[in-house]
Amino acid sequence: MTSHVSSPTGKQPTAGAPDGAAVEALGGGDAATGGPNKEVRKLERVIIRFAGDSGDGMQLTGDRFTSETASFGNDLSTLPNFPAEIRAPAGTLPGVSSFQLHFADHDILTPGDQPDVLVAMNPAALKANLAEVPRGAEIIVNTDEFTKRAMQKVGYAESPLQDGSLDGYRVHEVPLTTLTVEALKGFDLGRKEAGRSKNMFALGLLSWMYHRPTEATEEFLRTKFAKKPDVAEANITAFRAGWNFGETTEDFAVSYEVAPASTAFAPGTYRNISGNLALAYGLIAASQQSDLPLFLGSYPITPASDVLHELSKHKNFGVRTFQAEDEIAGIGAALGAAFGGSLAVTTTSGPGVALKSETIGLAVSLELPLLIVDIQRGGPSTGLPTKTEQADLLQAMYGRNGEAPVPIVAPSTPADCFDAALEAARIALTYRTPVFLLSDGYLANGSEPWQIPQVTELPDLKVQFAQGPNHTAEDGTASFQPYKRDPHTLARPWAVPGTPGLEHRIGGIEKQDGTGNISYDPNNHDFMVRTRQAKVDGVDVPDVEVDDPSGDAKLLVLGWGSTYGPITAAVRRLRRAGESVAQAHLRYVNPFPANLGEVLRRYDKVVVPEMNLGQLARLLRAEYLVDAQSHNQVRGLPFKAEQLANAFKEALVHG
Amino acid sequence: MADTQAPATAETGHGRPQALSLVPKAEAKQSMKEFKSDQEVRWCPGCGDYAVLAAVQGFMPQLGLARENIVFVSGIGCSSRFPYYMNTFGMHSIHGRAPAIATGLAASRRDLSVWVVTGDGDALSIGGNHLIHALRRNVNLKILLFNNRIYGLTKGQYSPTSETGKITKSTPMGSLEAPFNPVSLALGAEASFVARTVDSDRKHLTSVLQAAADHPGSALVEIYQNCNIFNDGAFEILKDAEQAEQAVIRLTHGEPIRFGPPAEDGLGAQGVVRDPATGDLRVVDVAEHGTDAVLVHDAHSASPVNAFALSRLADPQTLHRTPIGVLRDVDRPVYDDAMSEQLDAAVDRSGKGDLAALLHGNDTWTVVG
Repeated sequence: MTSHVSSPTGKQPTAGAPDGAAVEALGGGDAATGGPNKEVRKLERVIIRFAGDSGDGMQLTGDRFTSETASFGNDLSTLPNFPAEIRAPAGTLPGVSSFQLHFADHDILTPGDQPDVLVAMNPAALKANLAEVPRGAEIIVNTDEFTKRAMQKVGYAESPLQDGSLDGYRVHEVPLTTLTVEALKGFDLGRKEAGRSKNMFALGLLSWMYHRPTEATEEFLRTKFAKKPDVAEANITAFRAGWNFGETTEDFAVSYEVAPASTAFAPGTYRNISGNLALAYGLIAASQQSDLPLFLGSYPITPASDVLHELSKHKNFGVRTFQAEDEIAGIGAALGAAFGGSLAVTTTSGPGVALKSETIGLAVSLELPLLIVDIQRGGPSTGLPTKTEQADLLQAMYGRNGEAPVPIVAPSTPADCFDAALEAARIALTYRTPVFLLSDGYLANGSEPWQIPQVTELPDLKVQFAQGPNHTAEDGTASFQPYKRDPHTLARPWAVPGTPGLEHRIGGIEKQDGTGNISYDPNNHDFMVRTRQAKVDGVDVPDVEVDDPSGDAKLLVLGWGSTYGPITAAVRRLRRAGESVAQAHLRYVNPFPANLGEVLRRYDKVVVPEMNLGQLARLLRAEYLVDAQSHNQVRGLPFKAEQLANAFKEALVHG
Repeated sequence: MADTQAPATAETGHGRPQALSLVPKAEAKQSMKEFKSDQEVRWCPGCGDYAVLAAVQGFMPQLGLARENIVFVSGIGCSSRFPYYMNTFGMHSIHGRAPAIATGLAASRRDLSVWVVTGDGDALSIGGNHLIHALRRNVNLKILLFNNRIYGLTKGQYSPTSETGKITKSTPMGSLEAPFNPVSLALGAEASFVARTVDSDRKHLTSVLQAAADHPGSALVEIYQNCNIFNDGAFEILKDAEQAEQAVIRLTHGEPIRFGPPAEDGLGAQGVVRDPATGDLRVVDVAEHGTDAVLVHDAHSASPVNAFALSRLADPQTLHRTPIGVLRDVDRPVYDDAMSEQLDAAVDRSGKGDLAALLHGNDTWTVVG
């Protein structure tokens, strides 16, 4: 469906509105009246967290609310957070799954620090999330699940609904299960089955509270349960019942309007998109723009599998997806396809990269284009499969035997994964090299509005395969030399099988410059090692842009990858408070932009926030001999804007 | 990279799918010399690899495919240097991974004839996983497994096909491990074509290469290959004329399985029969049991049971009663073809991919200025 949003007249732009600041989210705003005897208040932004058991459908509920919100025209950012277990023991703290959504009438950068509204489907969800919910926030609890046994399971000796632990919150006690079962009594469903639709009841209630459009959700349910029309209708009925409950019950006296973020968006057509979806689309776009068939060799791994799933849906684009027997075979098959002239990709997460290391080294030696997509997660080892982290940077940079440089591109937001995939493909194809695309769990599953690009404006990635001899001997004989390089890019020719006269052999043994024949000559090896490094060092990447509006900042905050949102939100806060802070964000981590050294030296102090123990900072210090200070967090969760603002403030004070 | 035909349905006169039907043929008659690269062959003098190389180079013109559409992919080990000596496209990759790399190449380029050259360590130890899965998928690869029952390139450690008790540098008191029988392993991995041959028997080797090339899908060819430095004479029992008569069971499709010194009818005095009590195969004197009881070799049998039982006749220690020839050659869907058919089916169902429509999706909103 498509909705149209136009700039409201007489309203001031809200782009400068506080982001992540403790605005009076629910108490403030313009009061207005609307609906039958119900007050409607206008808000600038809201953060909602849906939390329940991992079997309660919280991710689906969050996704639907997000879609409704996107189509309404708010800016938004999401943070799904779920356990690695498919069904952790019901009702336990480890089994809690949540979905946080921040939406606003202005541009926002993060899923928000603290929820204004918590929907807690059971005692475990309340307990696991309450600490992050500030007093004054609204809490909707499903009282049906607050049985003595369920409360004891998570260590509540007394009911938190009665013992005063929710004092200061605005609590709505709603028997969600009972109401859902009641609403579905016309269906031939048992209590347990009917109760499963309680997430849709909750979604309906929240949709009423925030005036969300509902048609798309009903349409979604009809499509999702097309083969079980009864189930579809039951869910739709529960969804509508939730809406009606909000409208009629006195418990919910107020509903809220968050106006479309019309001024936050440039004119254009938008959709909501997650990082993994954007990345998959970017790969398909790169295939189309390079006129090369896409080949994905992959082994399922969280949080990268969705890229495999998505690409597997698009075989009509000539996309070949190969679910290999292991991580090594995934990249091996991709490398084989690259030798054959495909745009070859392997997708994985940190543990998979470890297994692929030797093949990445081979790709460095063969000098074939290959994209290695690493959706980083918490490590080491199995670590935190469903949580985010940025701790694979040094693995991507150095995790191979020998001198094996690989360019690294890191997207900064979910939607940026699309452009970053195209960029990674450009570098791989231009320089005939493996390229790392370093996304992470936060970008992969988080989502935001995306201005859909015009296909005609996508970059041209066409490549020329070698067609014939490229070398003439002194006696005039023409021959093909697989390692004779383009003098500008240092790329070698891409000579695919099937081209007459270009028969040649390549391999992981050191090759003689030019001919590619096996060579153990010391000088040749020295030359080839330096040449491979020079090729990667010479990859053309744009200069890093510095945002320093006042021009007199002494502090530079430099990040890379998915920390863009929280860093930017924190910097905005400080600037609103009158501080001068410069900000720069790296999308290209290897090679660094040519102006980076100069940028770093321009500032008295450089702070580098990372979701690792200081990997980029280490690279910067080694490369530029600057005293870059780390600010680190490895909690499996993105930074909060407030936390970063405090850290930067500290740096300013002690600068 | 024409990739539109569907060879799985293209039938030959023999009523079976035609292998390599998408691979362009050579325009002119080829010679063995054309398949020799300009690189100096660097195996040890006397290595069995020379014989295999010569047989393959000699066989290629017989195959008659455009040289540029032939690719040899290898792993690591002595035999894996093979691609450097073939004047075709080639990749000398990393240890054990050749089947995986070749899978990506073959699955994305059905116009190529892709050969994998590997050894017993490369294919059965470090790369065991890739081998069994390539066979299971039935990717269009011809896998030449050079089995010398030793690690040669690392100078003489036991391999996964070395006999139990083998004294090597890493097993001074003898290997504790039972060896793999590569043919049994391949059959267990659902291989659609499994054969065994010997480096020194060029005629037999060539005939097996031809059968493998003709086979649509994965073909595993185990080649017993002598390492004259670290495991010399490992296959002598199969090569020495006197011993070989008793030790080698030559398999020919449609022929009774007989070996040993000739009986009155000119065929071997010993035959393979089914034991009615156990259902297993065993070796008997034909004179005692009669010729009718002797099993007739059926390489095309849908069931792999007899092929597996034949593979088990060999003594893993001495190689006594080793079957040589094509043990199994059956048709089943080829991975590369099936993958292409899915792509075609997706286009038939949804039309050729439209990038703008994909990016647009179904759930959008428009911001006007």
